Amino acid sequence: MLEIRNLHARIAGTETEIIRGLNLTVKAGEVAAIMGPNGSGKSTLSYILAGRSDYEVTEGEILYNGESILEMDPAERASKGIFLAFQYPMEIPGVATLEFLKVAMNAQRKARGEEEMKISDFIRTVKEAAASLEIDFNMLKRPLNVGFSGGEKKRAEILQMKLLQPKLCILDETDSGLDIDALKIVADGVNSLRSPDRAVLVITHYQRLLDHIVPDTVHVLYKGQVIKSGDKSLALHLEENGYADVIEEAA
Amino acid sequence: MNIHAGRMQTAAETALTELYVAKMGALPGNPDVAAARDLAVDALKTLGLPTRRIESWHYTDLRLLLRAIPAGSEGQSELVKALVKGASVLTLEEGNATGGNAGAGVTVTRIAAKLEDGSFAKALVARGTDDAIGQINTALVSDGYHLDIADGTEATSPIEVQFAADQDSHTRLAIKAGKGAKATIIERHTGGDAFVSAVTHLTVDDGAEITLIVDQERGPSAVHLGQLNAWVGKDAKLIVFVMNSGGKLVRQEVHVAVKGEGSDFKLRGINLVGGDAHIDVTMTLTHEVPNTTSTEVIRNVVTGRGHGVFQGQIKVFPGAQKTDAKMACNTLLLSDEGEFSTKPELEIFADDVQCGHGATVREVEPQHLFYLMARGIPEAVARGLLVKAFVAEIIEELEDEALVEALEERLQDWLEANA
Repeated sequence: MLEIRNLHARIAGTETEIIRGLNLTVKAGEVAAIMGPNGSGKSTLSYILAGRSDYEVTEGEILYNGESILEMDPAERASKGIFLAFQYPMEIPGVATLEFLKVAMNAQRKARGEEEMKISDFIRTVKEAAASLEIDFNMLKRPLNVGFSGGEKKRAEILQMKLLQPKLCILDETDSGLDIDALKIVADGVNSLRSPDRAVLVITHYQRLLDHIVPDTVHVLYKGQVIKSGDKSLALHLEENGYADVIEEAA
Repeated sequence: MNIHAGRMQTAAETALTELYVAKMGALPGNPDVAAARDLAVDALKTLGLPTRRIESWHYTDLRLLLRAIPAGSEGQSELVKALVKGASVLTLEEGNATGGNAGAGVTVTRIAAKLEDGSFAKALVARGTDDAIGQINTALVSDGYHLDIADGTEATSPIEVQFAADQDSHTRLAIKAGKGAKATIIERHTGGDAFVSAVTHLTVDDGAEITLIVDQERGPSAVHLGQLNAWVGKDAKLIVFVMNSGGKLVRQEVHVAVKGEGSDFKLRGINLVGGDAHIDVTMTLTHEVPNTTSTEVIRNVVTGRGHGVFQGQIKVFPGAQKTDAKMACNTLLLSDEGEFSTKPELEIFADDVQCGHGATVREVEPQHLFYLMARGIPEAVARGLLVKAFVAEIIEELEDEALVEALEERLQDWLEANA
């Protein structure tokens, strides 16, 4: 589903290279965890996949279902099924959450050549999804993420993911700022989306989230490269021993 | 002494004098009113239209910008549907009061009648030597409404005064809100490419709560010169909400004197400046007694070659302790050729007060844009949502949902045509 080949990228307008020859393949149905120390390029990778213009790809290729996405803007990528759950979701005053959800869902439907949703269907769908994530429906009448607690913001991201039904879900440190109860709710939300035609990329610092969203593969990112790949036991190894020996081994 | 003697009159200045000469025979008024008109015309002749050298007109050089008096649109202005369903509506067409009602507890008198009997003469005094709007209006005022809202009246629906004009129109609105009265009044300025002056006097008596909406949506070549003079009494609340979404050359002055303790004043302003429009909102506010509060929030969207202006002057009088005044002016600049000028001014003569101001001019926040696009919303739609949100935030402060909806619709129309 996702194939990243020899990717090099830097912050736009600078010489600072952050991704330095990254290779990664994620198959449909797979849950892949990306781990790595601070500054290894994890969040940058997620932004590049979503199409943020602050980064510039200088070399390499990103193929999504065999098609290069490098020339697509973020909206095109999203309508093709790529979804990034943000580490720090934006607060946008003046845009009601429900209005935003309606516009986003209908924009994606339109891009796929489908009819707009009926309001009654829309409300019912949102209510059901919100209830499963223990989100108070009234919260969705408020401006997008404004005044939401850290946990509420993360749950709202998963709500968007459930509603938009993407094919490639990228979770950027979704566990940060969550207490254990919220973590379980979020993990259940993600697990409910696991399916043979969908892939999930979980970016995290800690093993903790991976107890709840059990990965098929684990990749260690360091200095902008994947330096080691393995199964879920690799995450447990990192939790116990830290990154030092893996980094040393790769050097 | 006349230091300006011999100064060349501009075409617009000459046209103004000619307009007065042509109309004076038909304008209503007793000798006191006629004397006030003559005084205003003389002042205009000697001083001329204000230029950038006059501080309060620094960003709106009327002598330069008012090249000619607009000829007006073809035909007769049409009245439009009230902004809010169920509102009481009073109408003015081409400067003449044409009827309607203002609801229970409100006594309505035509200004033409008050000019004829001279009882309005004392309201025709200029604010000062820089009061071009007052002078033009005094010279040419033909009619308007005087609304006397009885003590304790609580108007259940808004009162909309519709100022429809396709030709030149010079009107007055005088509102006296009695003790404890509650009402929302809408000044609705509609029509084509007219030359308009509209002056409002508003007295908010003790304990009254008044919301005044000034909704200016004139044609793209209209000249609109508006002026509000308001006095706020003890424990009273006044909200002035100005929304400019039309006109070529627009100046709306808001002069507020906070004169009673425990009172609160709010100014909310929206300027939608597109094409080659010049839109200026200028406020002067005096906190004259202790324990009063005010907030001023102005949001502007500038596109094309539009030029927007906000001047906000707050004076805190000696002894007006515990004054709390906060002013903010935020602008979204959507084009390279657009421009916004803002000048905040605080003059504080008391030591125990809280006053602050801030101004920003920026483009749409790229991170917000990215977030919306990352959910599949195309760039143009996402931009539209963000621009609308920036302005709608102010509209949504209003409590009347029907009014919020009507103003947001107006905003949406403007965005679709301009942004």
